[in-house]
Order: sequence, then structure tokens, then C-alpha cells
Amino acid sequence: MAVDTVFWSKMVTGMTLGFHAIFATIGVGIPLLIAIAEFIGIRKKDPHYILMAKRWSRGFIISVAVGVVTGTAISLQLALVWPHFMKLAGNVIALPLFMEVFAFFFEAIFLGIYLYTWDRFKNPYIHWLLTIPIVAGAGMSAVFITTVNGFMNQPGGFVMEAGHFTAVDPVQAMLNTATFSKVFHVLSSAYLTGAALLAGIAAYTMLRKGRSAYHKKALNLSMAAVLLFGLLNTLAGDVSAKFLAEHQPEKLAAAEWHFETEKGADLILMGWLNTEHEIIGAIHLPKLLSFLAFGDFNAEVKGLEEFPLDERPPLLVHYLFDFMAGIGFALLAIACLYFLFVFWKKRNELNKWLLRILALTAPLSFLAVEFGWLYAELGRQPWIIRGYMRVEEAATTSPSVRLLFFLFLLLYIALAVVCVLVLRRLFHHKPAEAEMETWLKEKRDISKEGGERA
Amino acid sequence: MISYELMGISVLWLFLYGYLIVASIDFGAGSFAFYARSTKQDHVMNRLISRYLSPVWEITNVFFVFFYIGIVGFFPDTAYYYGSALLVPGSIAVILLAIRGSFYAFENYGSKTNIIYLFLYGATGLLIPASLSVALTVSEGGFILKQADAVSLDYWALFTNPLSWSIVGLAIVSVLFISSSFLAFYASRAEDHSALKLLRTYALFWSTPTIITALTAFIFLGQHNERHFQNMMDLWWLLGLSVAFFMVAMWLLYQGRRYGLAFICIMLQFFSAFFAYGIGHYPYILDPYITIQGGATSPSMGFALVVAFIGGLCLLIPSLALVFKLFLFDADYVKGNK
Repeated sequence: MAVDTVFWSKMVTGMTLGFHAIFATIGVGIPLLIAIAEFIGIRKKDPHYILMAKRWSRGFIISVAVGVVTGTAISLQLALVWPHFMKLAGNVIALPLFMEVFAFFFEAIFLGIYLYTWDRFKNPYIHWLLTIPIVAGAGMSAVFITTVNGFMNQPGGFVMEAGHFTAVDPVQAMLNTATFSKVFHVLSSAYLTGAALLAGIAAYTMLRKGRSAYHKKALNLSMAAVLLFGLLNTLAGDVSAKFLAEHQPEKLAAAEWHFETEKGADLILMGWLNTEHEIIGAIHLPKLLSFLAFGDFNAEVKGLEEFPLDERPPLLVHYLFDFMAGIGFALLAIACLYFLFVFWKKRNELNKWLLRILALTAPLSFLAVEFGWLYAELGRQPWIIRGYMRVEEAATTSPSVRLLFFLFLLLYIALAVVCVLVLRRLFHHKPAEAEMETWLKEKRDISKEGGERA
Repeated sequence: MISYELMGISVLWLFLYGYLIVASIDFGAGSFAFYARSTKQDHVMNRLISRYLSPVWEITNVFFVFFYIGIVGFFPDTAYYYGSALLVPGSIAVILLAIRGSFYAFENYGSKTNIIYLFLYGATGLLIPASLSVALTVSEGGFILKQADAVSLDYWALFTNPLSWSIVGLAIVSVLFISSSFLAFYASRAEDHSALKLLRTYALFWSTPTIITALTAFIFLGQHNERHFQNMMDLWWLLGLSVAFFMVAMWLLYQGRRYGLAFICIMLQFFSAFFAYGIGHYPYILDPYITIQGGATSPSMGFALVVAFIGGLCLLIPSLALVFKLFLFDADYVKGNK
């Protein structure tokens, strides 16, 4: 029996990327919050915030480890699973890949230093300064790798000659038309997700173990970040939609089940399709798609029927798009509700129901990241390099790829399970308040010793 | 003016050498840590090992990705040939690397007592060099089956060839040799005498198999790839230099002093042998399919990569120097006072 190597190649890569996306998002988002917490802690001389930075970075390093190894996996899989793709595109995308590794290198070096130099410098700001290369390295590696993805969507910076890319301009390939909107959306959503994760954890802990000063501060800080990046992310989503309408109309049309080109197009929420491709049970928001796409309620939006059948993305992406956007707005609404309660004295922002909703922000934001990536990637099918190379031309021909799918599946299950176990152990056995006490006691002892010696 | 493709491969070869050293220290340390735990000697050296490894394990990993991305960037054909042929061994190496990296973090930052985590960490330390060395063997030619539109690995030829096994043996043994001599140096800096005594014994023990397997691999290379062997013979002075450095290192280790110098000699020993091997390989990257000139990327990309590389080094070298200063040459940190 012949193995469908294209199908299994897609599965291997999709699974690795889906798994990596969780840890990559944490890797980009959390350092910024660690840096903010440590800065506030030093500024206000509030040991709670310093402890926050310490505890977050301790959990962070565990997830970084998984992020690093899955990132290594995906970088090798590019050539192992898609050899034809790398042979062709390697000439154009090598530069951003190379720069990504530099950014990652930079981050890795300073992360090691950061973790092992708490209390090693007299001036606490020196230790805090170490967070800058970490935040910058994490952010820049996201930027560079996103330009590669941008290139696959909007290839540019070369001339196609007899099946080869010639006259390559690597910088122009990096600064393709998709890059800006993608980078903006990836960064804002990573920071949003990182903040939502920490807010969710704080809310969950307060539900389980009661309210404490430490967790209140953690929740306040991370919800403020959720609000800020939620707003930025909404803006980024809007920029992305306008980009799609202009440059990749088939992707937007598939997401919106917009079949016929028309003026004043409706935005369609949920629903389903019957066999004749008629939309049933959906909510129609009149003229909103035109507004979303061009900022004009009567603008003309290209429909899917203008594209050849074998170049249309799967229609399933409609749901992915709706879920992603829905969660994005929900997170923003939750953040607004939280701060409404904070400032409106009659209400308690830490009541059980609100905490339950807040705890939900963590899983929801990760779901949104996954839906968003799935939408972006499935929406570009059948192309691997849009307009130049189809996915089935790029895949490996080795039937072993099916076996490897199951091997990697096992690996990811094991990594996920052990990672969760280790994180639970790390934080369950040492609640923040208890750690605070032992830590302050140690400090007192040290200063007492110092005093005696003097 | 040196051509960019030659410059690219030289720089990459240098990075591969860097990976060889830092990864060997890491891979060997894992095995020693596990061995020490299972023979109840862990109190002697595990603290030492984790003090060195914890801040740098991620950096080690990046060296590898760096080399890999660099070679695919400068020579995109390598992605096609090696990627197609090495799907299975490459993926196994990826899985082992993933287990190793994550379980190191799990063990070290999470649960410090789990022997299974330590076993995984130790065992993968020997399997990874074995699986990665397949790529070196394949580069000698004769292990790839090429049909009209597909490239695949000839497993039968690979597994029955003494060259591949001798390279695997050399990889494993030199990992243990490099690692134990580095850790002996680190222990001497920490003035940890019991660990030093143990690691010095390991270093002396692994020196003999290192030189024997190196010789064996060289002989089998002569049978497998006459051209490469002859090229290396023309570089006899580099190989001689390598042996000389080895002798000096052995003498220092045997005398039990100047461990830092001994380790530098071992680094130079591998440096000269590694470059003799690499220069002898010229002009092929994959014999006979990919040459350095024929497989290179376009000049504009090559130029951009070189520029990015120089820019990156300006960031990297000071940062690495900072790491060394803080964790390798800071006597207080090494001794465990910080």
C-alpha cells in the first residue's frame, strides 16, 4: 500500500508547529512581563514584584526548554520533510532564518546570565538591564521568523527563471507586503497571550487558595497588560484584514464564505454550509465585511468564485477565523469588565464569578493563537510559496514520514505531560506567600550576620 | 579576495568545531552525571557539573542550529540531498535532542531527584553524537541512492560499512575524552579535589580509545574514499600537529598540573585534526553531488549572509565573553560561593 507522503508531511509539520506555537508564544510574551514586574519591584522597593519576576522566570525556563527543543525540531524538519521547498526557497529565505538564530543566540546567552545572577550585583538595575536583551532577542526572533512566513504568503525579491529563483534580493524578500501586518499581529498577540496566561494563573490560584496580596498585584499587573495588548491586537487584526483584502483576497473570502464579488458585503458569523454552498443559520452583519476590508461600507469585496477551483483554500477556515476573532474580542471585554469593577467601588473585582471568567482567559488566549495560525496556514493552501510552489511539490517522498509522525506525536505527548507535572510540582509545593516568608527571613539573617560582623 | 562560498564554508566549519567542543562537554557531562549517580558517587561531581551546565546548555543547542541554518543558507542543495536522505536518522537525532534538552531543564530546574530524567539525559548524550555522525559518514559518498526524482539513504551500505561504525565509535569516545578533561579543568578551578581526582582518571582512561578510534577511522576512510584520504595525507603536518598536541595534553594530565593548558591542547588537537579532515574534503560537501562552488547560493544572498554574520558576531562575541567571565573564570562562582 502506498503511503500518502504529502498528507503525512503536512501532519508532521502541522503537529510540530501547533505544539511549538504554544511555547513560542510563551517565549515571546512572558519575558516582557517579567521585565515589567522586576522594574516595578525595584522602583517601588516592593518585594512582591521581585518575587513575581523570580517565580515567573522559574516557570518560564521550563517552558523555554520545550520551546527550544521543538524549535530545533521545526528548523530541521524544514529540510527533512520539505527538501524541495528548501532547495528552491533556501536561496531567498536563508537571511531571515540566519538572523533568527542570532536573535535566539542572543536571548539564550542573556537568559542564562539572568537566571544565575539574582543578588549578584550591588545595583539591582544592572540585573534588570539583563532583561532587555532577553525581551529584544525573543521579539526579534519572532520578527525574523514571521518574515519567512510572510514571504511564503507574499513571495517577492526575486525573478523566476526556468524553475529557479534568480536576481535574489534577500532584504526585499524579508520586507514583503505581508511582513508588517503579520509581525504586528504576531507580537501583539504573543504579549496579549503571555499576559492572559499570567492573569489566568493568578485568578485560578485565588479561586483555589483564597486571595492574597501577591496574587492581587500579579492579577492587576497582568490584566493591565491584557487590556493594553488586547487593544493593540485588535488594531493588528484590523490591519491584517485590510492587508488580506488587498493582497490575498481568496484567504479573506474563504474565511468569510464570501462567494460572489459584491459591494457592501456582509460579515458572516458562524453558521454552516449545505451541499449547494448556501449559508444556513449564520448571523449576517450587513456591510461590515466591506468596512472591515476597506474601511468603507460600500466597497467591493472580491468573492471566492473569481479564483480557480484548485486554488481555493478549504472552507473550514471560516470557523477558525470566527473563533480567533471572537476570543480576541472576548479577552478585551473581560479586561474592560475587570477594570470597570476595580474603579467602580461598589463592585468587588475579586468576586468568585469574575475570577472564574478571568481564569478562563489563559486557555482561551492559547486557543486563539492556535486558531489564528491554523487559519493563516490553511488559508494559504494549496500553496507552500503562494503562486510559485504547491505543497505537494515540496514534500518528501520517503514513506517513513508516516512512522515519524507517530514518533513525534509520542515525543510531544511525553514532553507536554512531564512539563505540566514539573510545573505543578514547582509551584504547588511552594506557594508564593510561603516563599515570600522564607525569602525575607533569609535576607534578614544575612543582614543580621553582616551587622554582627561589622 | 576570498570567494564568499569559501568564506561561508570556513566560518561554518569553525562553528561546527565550536559545537563539537561545547556539545562534547555537555554530552559527556550527562553520561558522567548518570554514571556517578548510579555508582553512588554523585555527591562528588554532580554539583560541579550542574554549576557549569545550567547557564550554558541553551547556548550549546544554538551552536548546532546555527551551523545547520548556515549550511542550508549558503548551500541550499544540501537541504535537498541531506534532507531527503537523512529524514529518519535526522529525525531520530531531533527527538533525542528534544528529550535531552527538555529533560535537562526538568531535572535541573524542576525535580532534582528524578533518576529517570537523569538517565534520559545521560543516555541521549551518547546516542546523539552517534546519530549526528551519520551525516559525516554520508558526506563521504556512496551511501545515497539517487533515482529520477528522489534521493534516499542506502541503509544496507551504511550499516555494513566499517567506516560508519568507526566514525560512530570515534564520536562517542572523543565526547567522553573532551568532556572529562574539561570537567577536570573546571574541578581544578573549583579546588574540588575529590572530583578532580575522579575526572582526571576518566580523562586518562578515555585518551587511549580516542587515539585508537581516530586511527581506525582514518584507515577505513582510506579504503572508502581514496581522494579524501590522499588530500589528508598531503596535510600530514596538520595531523602531526594534532598528535603532538595530544601528547602534550597527556603529559600534563599525567603530571596532574596545568589543567587549563591541558584542555587547550586537547582543543587544539581536535582543531587541527578537524580542519585537516575538512580541508581534505574540499571541494565536495557531499561527494560527488554537491561541491562548494556548484552548490552555493546566489552571490547577493551570500553577501547578505556574510554581512549578517559579521553583525551577529559583533553582538555574540562580547556576550559570550560575559558568560565566560561570569561562569567560567569567576573563581567565586565556580567554587559555589555565588
